[in-house]
Amino acid sequence: MATLLELNEHFFRRESGRMVAALTRIFGVHNLSLAEDVVQDAFCRAMEAWKARGVPENPSAWLMAAAKNRALDIVRRERTARTFAPELGRLLETEWTLAPLIDEAFTANTIRDEQLRMMFSCCHPRLPEEAQLALILNILCGFGASEIASALLTGHAAIEKRISRGKKVLAGARTLFDMRDAEFESRLSTVRRALYLLFSEGYHGASAKAAVRVELCEEAMRLTALLLEHPPAATPTTYALAALMWLHAARLPARLDSEGELSALVDQDRTHWDARRMEEGLALFERSASGEEVTPYHLEAAIAVTHASARSLEETDWRAIVSLYDRLMALAPSPVVALNRAIAIGERDGAERGLEALHAIADSERLARYPFHPAALGELELRRGHREAARKHFRVALGLARNDTERRFLEKRLRSSADV
Amino acid sequence: MSGFIYLFRTTEADQREAMGTPERAQRSMQAWLAWIRELEAKGHLKDPGQPLERSGAVVRGKKKVVTDGPYAESKDLVLGFIVVEAKNLEQAVELSKGCPMLEGAGSVEVRPVMEGPLS
Repeated sequence: MATLLELNEHFFRRESGRMVAALTRIFGVHNLSLAEDVVQDAFCRAMEAWKARGVPENPSAWLMAAAKNRALDIVRRERTARTFAPELGRLLETEWTLAPLIDEAFTANTIRDEQLRMMFSCCHPRLPEEAQLALILNILCGFGASEIASALLTGHAAIEKRISRGKKVLAGARTLFDMRDAEFESRLSTVRRALYLLFSEGYHGASAKAAVRVELCEEAMRLTALLLEHPPAATPTTYALAALMWLHAARLPARLDSEGELSALVDQDRTHWDARRMEEGLALFERSASGEEVTPYHLEAAIAVTHASARSLEETDWRAIVSLYDRLMALAPSPVVALNRAIAIGERDGAERGLEALHAIADSERLARYPFHPAALGELELRRGHREAARKHFRVALGLARNDTERRFLEKRLRSSADV
Repeated sequence: MSGFIYLFRTTEADQREAMGTPERAQRSMQAWLAWIRELEAKGHLKDPGQPLERSGAVVRGKKKVVTDGPYAESKDLVLGFIVVEAKNLEQAVELSKGCPMLEGAGSVEVRPVMEGPLS
């Protein structure tokens, strides 16, 4: 009786984002919580209907139909008492336009368009970046507040506050962002920044549970792909952002070794890099190359391309990488970029020069809590044979480690600097 | 082999907990599917029961007081039932222990279906 169909991983989460988009089209963004109730209701119905009988052949269509019926009921019951989407206005008032409108809201194209508009709305300039991320994760990716809190290493209450404030800003606008708005360009750049942060958060993740939270990376990539489906948003800069995500993601399988431990680029087994993603990343990078503008995304993608095209660490073109970091420092200086540049110099010119560059980082107090700063010092000291100094740095790094994976990684480095 | 009904009961709060976010809802769903599949694979699932709507009414007392929804006394919410086949009550009870609802505040009431001549 119960069929053997499996639900894809995160199926409910993804469907939640899609259903909220369709329902917001009908109810209006000021009724977001109503849309969320309908989604929750669809999941509960699915639970009752499927748990003993198995998953239907097209679970997505099943959920959409449940949400549609519920939406139809709600509009019929409440259209005199409540204002729904101002954009649809009177069309929801008569029966012969209502049903087709609801059908239309649940088509793949409308869902995609509404998700895009939602993404642009979540990146409202009045919202701080961390609120934008929380909103995107909640509304578009279907994460609950506590799941976001643990992914972003923030308290549950703080995330709830961010989400509810953010939703007030959304509701205040009455409609979702209009993609033909004059503000499109500037909003697009905010959206890219948010997606970049989402990806970095997953990749470099300071999570208590895992150093690499693949899920955040995947969500950032999914939303970036959505952005590329909208021609005005598919600019060379957006392609550069996508390229850097895909190229980094290709290295994810090697970043954690077979025991789930963090593995430095030096030790990574390059045969574990994801060849398909790498290829896609290179294709995306090519499409980013048109036009005049060179953005930090372009430079970061170019660095990733340089790493990707080296078959081994020894074959890496460190001259090219250092010069890309030089340009990145000129365009978007940050202590972390400076740190990576110093490491590249160490590779190109030897440990002494690398250490000089590390010590020369201007605002290294901003790196004071970043374990990979002392770790890099330790690495280079070790390379020039100063084991005592290396151990000292690794111990400092260990004290700053933000999760067990980082801790075990640094303990391993500390041990190897003790071996004679 | 005899028939047993599993009656699933839980609280509204626990139901909210299990279905609170899409990820949690999916985990609950997958746990159920796995458990039911195992019962089925071993030939214990006789009838998957009927899914129940969450709405409804409760009629109570001589005055036939009608309250909306089954949530009037949300400490005990009947979620539905299935029919299993087992050698005896002991086995039926043992099999019920895999029910995912038991991870929360839910309970499974195991009731033998009456056998023999009924009239």
